[in-house]
Amino acid sequence: MTSPAPTDPAPSQLSAGPRPAPGPAADEGLARRLRALACTAPLHDLDARKANLAGEYSVYGMAEIALAAIDLVTLHMDFDTGADHDQVVARLLPRIAAQAPQRPTAEHERVARWVLENLINVGSVDRGFRAVYGTFAPDGSYVRRDYDFKLLEEVPGHGGGIWLRTTDEAVNVLVGALDTDVTSAQIAAEVKLEVLISRGRLADAQLAAEQARYRTVQYAETLRRALEATRRNVRAVDWLQSVPDLITEALDHVADRYRHENAILTNIRKSRDESEDAEHKRRAAELVDIVKDCIRRHTQLQSRLLEAGPLFRAEQDRQAFATPSARAGLDLYGQLVAPLLPLPMEQAVRVTDAYFSRGTGLRTPACARMADLVDLLLTPPAEREHLGAEMPEPDLIATPDDSRFSEEQLAVATELLDLPADAPRRLSGLLAEARRRDPDLPYLVALLAVHAASPAVGTAYRQGEQQLLFAVDDGTELDDPEFGGADLIVGTARLDAAGMAADRTEAA
Amino acid sequence: MSDHPADGGAWGEPSSRQEAGAAAPLTPADAADAARLVAFGLQPRLQPARDQEYTELLRRYREDPPFARLADAVAAGLGLIVLEVSPRAGMAVTAAEDSVFAVRMGDYARRTSADGTDRFLHGLAHLAVAALAFPRPEDLADDGYIGRLTVNGVDAFVRQACRRLEERAAEHGENTDPASDAPGLEAAWRIWARRSSAGATKDARRLAGSTTGIVAKAVAFLTDSGFLQRTGDDAGGTYRTTARYQLQVRDMAGSAALAELLELGIVPVTDGTATLLPPAGPDDLELVADAGLPFHS
Repeated sequence: MTSPAPTDPAPSQLSAGPRPAPGPAADEGLARRLRALACTAPLHDLDARKANLAGEYSVYGMAEIALAAIDLVTLHMDFDTGADHDQVVARLLPRIAAQAPQRPTAEHERVARWVLENLINVGSVDRGFRAVYGTFAPDGSYVRRDYDFKLLEEVPGHGGGIWLRTTDEAVNVLVGALDTDVTSAQIAAEVKLEVLISRGRLADAQLAAEQARYRTVQYAETLRRALEATRRNVRAVDWLQSVPDLITEALDHVADRYRHENAILTNIRKSRDESEDAEHKRRAAELVDIVKDCIRRHTQLQSRLLEAGPLFRAEQDRQAFATPSARAGLDLYGQLVAPLLPLPMEQAVRVTDAYFSRGTGLRTPACARMADLVDLLLTPPAEREHLGAEMPEPDLIATPDDSRFSEEQLAVATELLDLPADAPRRLSGLLAEARRRDPDLPYLVALLAVHAASPAVGTAYRQGEQQLLFAVDDGTELDDPEFGGADLIVGTARLDAAGMAADRTEAA
Repeated sequence: MSDHPADGGAWGEPSSRQEAGAAAPLTPADAADAARLVAFGLQPRLQPARDQEYTELLRRYREDPPFARLADAVAAGLGLIVLEVSPRAGMAVTAAEDSVFAVRMGDYARRTSADGTDRFLHGLAHLAVAALAFPRPEDLADDGYIGRLTVNGVDAFVRQACRRLEERAAEHGENTDPASDAPGLEAAWRIWARRSSAGATKDARRLAGSTTGIVAKAVAFLTDSGFLQRTGDDAGGTYRTTARYQLQVRDMAGSAALAELLELGIVPVTDGTATLLPPAGPDDLELVADAGLPFHS
């Protein structure tokens, strides 16, 4: 790995004095920091290169969009999926539009796709980034090294789709210092969240909840990889002790978190419904969404854990109870793949070449006849179907407007019935007033009043309505040229919305 | 390599045809039949049970030693190696190294001649497909074993092994970043780990340069060689192995690669048991990131 080049006096500023303690120990921290620094380079690069785009793009903060994109992808990473390209673009658009509201939407979308493609680095064959840095080798020579990393990576999803996932490097760049113990970090974040909520500091609580979600995502990702890997070979795992312990532990963990987060959810809901401040309400509502998402992720994790047991037993049946073969075979993984991977590429390629040339079987060479060749060359290429079959034009028939009352009439009637809470009116008076405005209106008012005789209290309670129209019969006869029956007293009841909301939460 | 009996006694009571074959000299018609059998063997996707003439010729090969020797000679003359002749595998022949039937890397993938990296990735993909199809030595030795694999599974399996090496290097405090001016000295696992596993393309096809694209190319090629059969579309495509593939890996490819590895001075020692064994201590199975399946070699 070391280059044979002799140590030259560069770096020049140090040539006069003795060189600072070289060697891997002194350089290791430096190399780590250089790599961390390199991870931020693609973001800076975006702002530096936006000038090269055809058009005037300097108004856009590309690094900001890029960080937002990494955020979005991290939050959409699920147990076994990632974020969809188009979805990420769609969610980035509001932020980009806010940066340059006067520009067309097509341009906003173009910017979003440009940022996303650059984060993936579509142009390179590895779809990643490379930074070069120098270290001193143990023998004192100076070696330039390549550091390869990715920020967003594309992974195959179910059904042949391509998902985006953020790499560990990106998560570390984004949130920083995430390589701590996941479990303890999560507990810490939750305790912090609870304290913040109990003190009513919602702005801080949201930050903490978002951090907790990053950790939840990371935890789910760890388990996903673990379960996927164990599925491949039963004998690699200790099914007697370690795996059951592992599953029990993880299930306990999920149950614990689930209880915890439900408690938090109840608390925030209360503060959301009770809060007077609109800003607080909005924050709390966002917080509810975040915690709900955490709970959803835990549930998903739990179902995976429950599937693990039957899967292991089925694999055990298949693999362990088959009759053993008398012949000992070649261990492809242990004797070929495992020793091959650590080799330098130059040597490894000789082994894979040897395998390839004897492992691919045979091909019967094709014989070309002149006549066939002419046909072949003159055949137009088959067009690829991009769009599928043509959709038939839907045959729409306009339905006639057969409403008994018009929208305006409804508006007038509603206005008429918008009574102050302390001044109910007789139906006869309302009908007379309605008749003065529109001869058809009394029918609508009478209908609404009769409807109000049996008000939908349950619906109003569930929907948290502020007020409710009601009508009461006190025995008085209605004296009207068109209508008969009881002269109802129509009024408005004011409802205790906050109190009802609290009741609802407690009932839930 | 070929499985035909040296004497008729190994196949139970000698048939009347065999006695006739042993007595009468071989005719041009017999040579035509022998060549016909080899021609069947050159169609690797053809199943013996589906073709009556093929089945009949296979039976004759096993019961008529002079005819078998004639078929072997025809195959050898064409530059073919006979792996096995049996009802399950058919006339399993494969190309000798300098044969016109041999597959060359340059024909297999265009970019490989210019770029050693792609050449290596394609080769490793083929090796990894076999390693996942036959995860234990018993599986490769057991004639009745049918391996199952998925495209995404192969990629994940190699990545897991790479990750294990990366962790081990990190434990030892090694800096595995390669020197800039010597790309050939980069550790092999880094090349696979570095390549993206999938990529979106404009026309919704698989990105050919991604590792799943490379594995998909390998399994599609092996399917054409009659080594794999496609069973579904899940996880990038699911496949199962055929008897021919087992023979090819066991008798040809595996030993060739092993010989090359030995020539490089690497001697993988094994006692014939699987290397994917449980770790010694139970503490080793901690759920640290990415270490779900501990690969112990």
